[in-house]
Amino acid sequence: MEEPLTREQLLDMYYYMKLTRMVEERLQRLYRQGKIVGGLYRSLGQEGESVASAYALEEGDFLAVMIRNLGALFVRGIRPWEIFTQYMGKGTSPTRGKDSIVHFGSVERGIIPPISHLGDLIPVMAGIALASKMQRKRSVALTYIGDGGTSTGVFHEGLNFAAVLKLPLIVIAEDNGYAYSTPKHRQMAIENIADRAIGYGIFGETVDGNDVIAVYHATRRAIERAREGLGPTLLEVKTFRMRGHAEHDDAWYVPREVLEYWQKRDPILRLEIYLKEHGMADETDFEAITHRIEQEIEADLQYAEQSPMPDPRIALEGVYAETPSVSEAPLPSEHAVKSRS
Amino acid sequence: MPVLTYLEAIRQGLWEEMERDERVFLLGEDIGVYGGAFKVTEGFLERFGEERVIDTPISEAAIVGAAIGAALVGLRPVAEMQFIDFISIAFDQLTNFAAKCRYRWGAGVPIVVRGPCGGGVHGGPFHSQNVEAYFFHTPGLKIVEPATPYDAKGLIKAAIRDEDPVLYFEHKYLYRRIRGEVPEDDYIVPIGKADIKRPGRDVTILTYGWMVHKSLEAAEIVAQEDIEVEVVDLRTLLPLDDETILSSVAKTGRAVIVHEDTRTGGIAGEIAMRLNERIFEYLEAPVVRVTAPDTPIPFSPPLEEFFLPQVEEIVQAVRWVANY
Repeated sequence: MEEPLTREQLLDMYYYMKLTRMVEERLQRLYRQGKIVGGLYRSLGQEGESVASAYALEEGDFLAVMIRNLGALFVRGIRPWEIFTQYMGKGTSPTRGKDSIVHFGSVERGIIPPISHLGDLIPVMAGIALASKMQRKRSVALTYIGDGGTSTGVFHEGLNFAAVLKLPLIVIAEDNGYAYSTPKHRQMAIENIADRAIGYGIFGETVDGNDVIAVYHATRRAIERAREGLGPTLLEVKTFRMRGHAEHDDAWYVPREVLEYWQKRDPILRLEIYLKEHGMADETDFEAITHRIEQEIEADLQYAEQSPMPDPRIALEGVYAETPSVSEAPLPSEHAVKSRS
Repeated sequence: MPVLTYLEAIRQGLWEEMERDERVFLLGEDIGVYGGAFKVTEGFLERFGEERVIDTPISEAAIVGAAIGAALVGLRPVAEMQFIDFISIAFDQLTNFAAKCRYRWGAGVPIVVRGPCGGGVHGGPFHSQNVEAYFFHTPGLKIVEPATPYDAKGLIKAAIRDEDPVLYFEHKYLYRRIRGEVPEDDYIVPIGKADIKRPGRDVTILTYGWMVHKSLEAAEIVAQEDIEVEVVDLRTLLPLDDETILSSVAKTGRAVIVHEDTRTGGIAGEIAMRLNERIFEYLEAPVVRVTAPDTPIPFSPPLEEFFLPQVEEIVQAVRWVANY
């Protein structure tokens, strides 16, 4: 029997969802003010599944996010200043300006960053799961893929590989309706992504992605199976992308009724209703959390805004473990003179 | 000193690294029970067990991807491509994932991806290719290709111990045809260091892989005409050993670059440019190259032979620059 989530845990998840939304709202203002570099990818409407799935992980587990999983990063301890500095391309950002958005991480913190090529994380996380198994560790690896990303060849290769080797891997497949402008029915001829699990001989499950409690428990089940050596799970979460692919895209191709349908099923709103109905929290609690987040965001944003841009010379650093870069190669004349004797 | 084939030297290097370091493991298609398509990993499963010698599905992207993941958390995977041609399926994992991790977020990816390359065995368009140029253009990767048993063992060991992703190309024509002395003790051939396989004062041949042997044959022929050729075996293609390359050509003033890979966009073009940029005033003749033509590698023996650079072409190129 599943242990029900406590009030503290639910409020914790509420905090992370709300933090995600408010950081993104702030980023949206910064975007309009021209203060961030490049595009802005919102996870509006999907904060629940990101937060709840990551919340089900434990210390020592590995997480790899895609662009709409900011909430999962916060659960794993990433702070807003890291996101702000990344988006602003600052020298204090985790990648020192070398990459943007959620493209950062650290093995020590159990966070593996994505590349933009969809699906490529699945075999990489399978490899981490493989290492965990070889090293007799309990760790599991969890990553995400959108409905569009499941159309890639590497999605298949990665899941099948993990299935054959029975690796402790959890892949959260997010059906959020659209991949950029392409609706799900142009990505696949099936209704539920989790149906694919049967073809791999692994566990598959579809849950309401905007129900954080359901996502949390489904992820826990997948994690338990993985720790018991029962192999990977393809866990599908049904949710919806409430904004365009990125902020430049007004998503005119999404029918208004669909947005209205999902608006009513907003994951934050739903958790608020649940908490109130169960007498676990009221508006005062929500306001207190919101107020706390406002303060956190202000402080972190101030730090980010005051941070310097990176020293251009670091563009040459870090390609290899050894430092020599092209610019540091010995001068040709030295060779020539030395060897002409 | 024991005499081993090129293939045995690779096997011995892999074996010793697996004995030395329990983090080292192998993954690939048919490498365990079957011992590998070319039997490089024969006997490994029996000695090291199926956890460290992993037979995988036919999924090159997953093989390389999983190697990357395992390397990120402290293991030392060696992934085999059954034929190096199939590395194209793992292109993204190598060029976009492995090669960029350290630069983007400071994470080293100490993987080795190895496999048989090259022609000469009538393998046709998909079992004979030389793929270095695809990866030569990717900062963050390293590429090595040994020509001798000694270098084969020393380079596989260096590749496994390297902190960055290394592509290790082994020439299938050399597997059982080339023998040489290989020390039994632990040694490495450092990555990034070329080797002068034959010293000479008149013309430098810069080459690697099978073409080292053809170049040495050519050098022998022109030596009878009193043209002393220096044969530089690049051994590491990325990063190139500028020091050895530039020193040798500055000394001889004449360079012929020989590769089995096709012409346009091949490594010869880059080397010629470096010579031009850095030691132009030491050149006594235009830099020339002997390469395969810009076609896929054909199957039928007469076509393949015509496609592959031959000793006579190298001889002619050397004579031309020597007499310029």
